[in-house]
Amino acid sequence: MTGIQIIFIIVAVVTLGAGLMSVITRNLVHAALWLVLALLGVAIFFVLLNASFLAVAQVVIYIGAIAILMIFTIMLTRRVAVGSADSQLNANWGWAAFIAVALFAGLVWLLSGWNGFNITAQQMSPRTDTIRQLGTALVSPSAYVIPFEVASILLLAALVGAIVVAWDRKS
Amino acid sequence: MIPISWYLVFSAALFTIGLFGVLARKNAVAILIGVELMLNAANVNLVAFWRYVTPDAIGGQVFAVIVFAVAAAEVAVGLALIISIYRRRNTIVAEEIDMLKY
Repeated sequence: MTGIQIIFIIVAVVTLGAGLMSVITRNLVHAALWLVLALLGVAIFFVLLNASFLAVAQVVIYIGAIAILMIFTIMLTRRVAVGSADSQLNANWGWAAFIAVALFAGLVWLLSGWNGFNITAQQMSPRTDTIRQLGTALVSPSAYVIPFEVASILLLAALVGAIVVAWDRKS
Repeated sequence: MIPISWYLVFSAALFTIGLFGVLARKNAVAILIGVELMLNAANVNLVAFWRYVTPDAIGGQVFAVIVFAVAAAEVAVGLALIISIYRRRNTIVAEEIDMLKY
């Protein structure tokens, strides 16, 4: 077992544990903080996969924006989010756990039948500049400029929509 | 080196954890946390397939960037809806939000 495999296993265990805590813990502020740890683990996976831009974007967008927005919302709705003494899980959580385990088993069974299941990555030459490739692909008309522009329009629409929906008309 | 199967099994586990959160949680913000975990699992898969199968075509990373943008939009609108519902109904428990007009 090489060092990188040991790192992978440690990060995977921490990420999955943090993910599990974020869906079962009772205090929602703690759930959001566990989510931050899980997102950080995914960022480390992006580093292991040579996707450096995505690792930075994961930290900036997910941890810096999305998780903080969630913590704000949890604190704005604190009376119902944290105060209740009863469980945060609904009555059907047993069925939900069954469906989740069954889906995991099904996914692993399906993937293990794929004949590329155990391939390893080719060594990436140190000259390959994936950030440059990604930047060029995002704005090149022969590649992905249309999805990029559509995503920008979606973000603008979401910005306007969020302000309109959350506007307090009474005050 | 790490075989791709490790990444695939990891992201399957993260996806099902998120699915459990979406199905089992009462609170609407907690349901959104589950959705975030599922989107992250999909992103790990996209990047793993890019790195292992087609490292020359950058499409996998581009798709992951688009997923980032969609996740940010989804969370912004979703949390705005939750705050708006909380102001009117004083609850964000998903089971109690069952009326179109109040």
